[in-house]
Amino acid sequence: MLTKQEKVLHSKHTAFHDFLDGSKQSLPIALGYFPVSFTFGLMAVKGGIPVWIVVLISMTNLTSAGQFAGTNLIIAGAGLAEITITTFVINIRYMLMSLSLSQKIVEGIPGYKRWLMSFGITDETFTVAAMQKKDITFSFMTGLEVLPYIGWAAGTAAGALVCTILPESLQNSMGIALYAMFIALVIPAAKRSKAALIVAGCAIFISSIIKWVPVFSVVSGGWRIIIATFIACTIGAKFFPMEDTANE
Amino acid sequence: MNDTLIAVLLMALVTYFPRVLPMAVFKNKIKSRFITAFLAYVPYAVLGAMIFPDILMSTGHLLSAVIGLGVAVILAYFEKSLLKVAVCAITVVYVCEIIISRV
Repeated sequence: MLTKQEKVLHSKHTAFHDFLDGSKQSLPIALGYFPVSFTFGLMAVKGGIPVWIVVLISMTNLTSAGQFAGTNLIIAGAGLAEITITTFVINIRYMLMSLSLSQKIVEGIPGYKRWLMSFGITDETFTVAAMQKKDITFSFMTGLEVLPYIGWAAGTAAGALVCTILPESLQNSMGIALYAMFIALVIPAAKRSKAALIVAGCAIFISSIIKWVPVFSVVSGGWRIIIATFIACTIGAKFFPMEDTANE
Repeated sequence: MNDTLIAVLLMALVTYFPRVLPMAVFKNKIKSRFITAFLAYVPYAVLGAMIFPDILMSTGHLLSAVIGLGVAVILAYFEKSLLKVAVCAITVVYVCEIIISRV
């Protein structure tokens, strides 16, 4: 039997171990985030947003697609409703991840810890957490989240600060970086899942129609993504409701 | 400036909200297969709609964007890392931009 003191010591040791384990597994995520948020910082400052606000966006949002779209709309002078709804719709996917993680964390984690650990859920941290063999502790999850958070914020700051130094031709070339990363995310998924392929294809098709058919020229970029997403996902859910979403 | 700050705050809220809500509230799994599937497909749809056609306007010239898109698609098909795909696309576009500006 362990004494009470030994038990406390033991649980502290385990917590620290879990935190380190999470941190170790998150290192590639943090390194991967740096160039993406660097590009984000660069583009946002180039679009006319002050450096400190650009860094604030990354520190409060911590998401690629959502803050990228939202920031694009801020730069384009869109209304608050449009910015908010676009960002929200893009982030709706986090509900699924959060829901999935809520089933995978160890029992008895108090409410405030749940509120804390939810902040750092991203596509990448979720994937790593979901792939763990055992249940996830609060320490593991925070360990998993802290380095990517630092990488995201630091990359943004670096990109925002060097924005003015880079020559224009290089700035122009950086514009494709995020799209290239999106492509690298969606194509391997589309290779594995017919449903993902069809949903992404539908979204591209609808998005192109709205963009190029003159009747729809009043629809701005944010609403275009929302409309394309809703139609494509409805089609996907209607025709492929069975597909296993466990490896999402 | 104030509007920008409000926009950033709203963005932060609607980013945090979907992350925290299920974790803090839901103890049971969603039963509706339609909603589950719909949510599962959101990332693919959003990515698709965001990539195209916007990528065509993301560089200095349409031609460099199309070539960059082609390079990214090929590398992604062979499952290269996100970083590799991005860096290669940037490099190819950069070279194209230089060639176009010299012609």
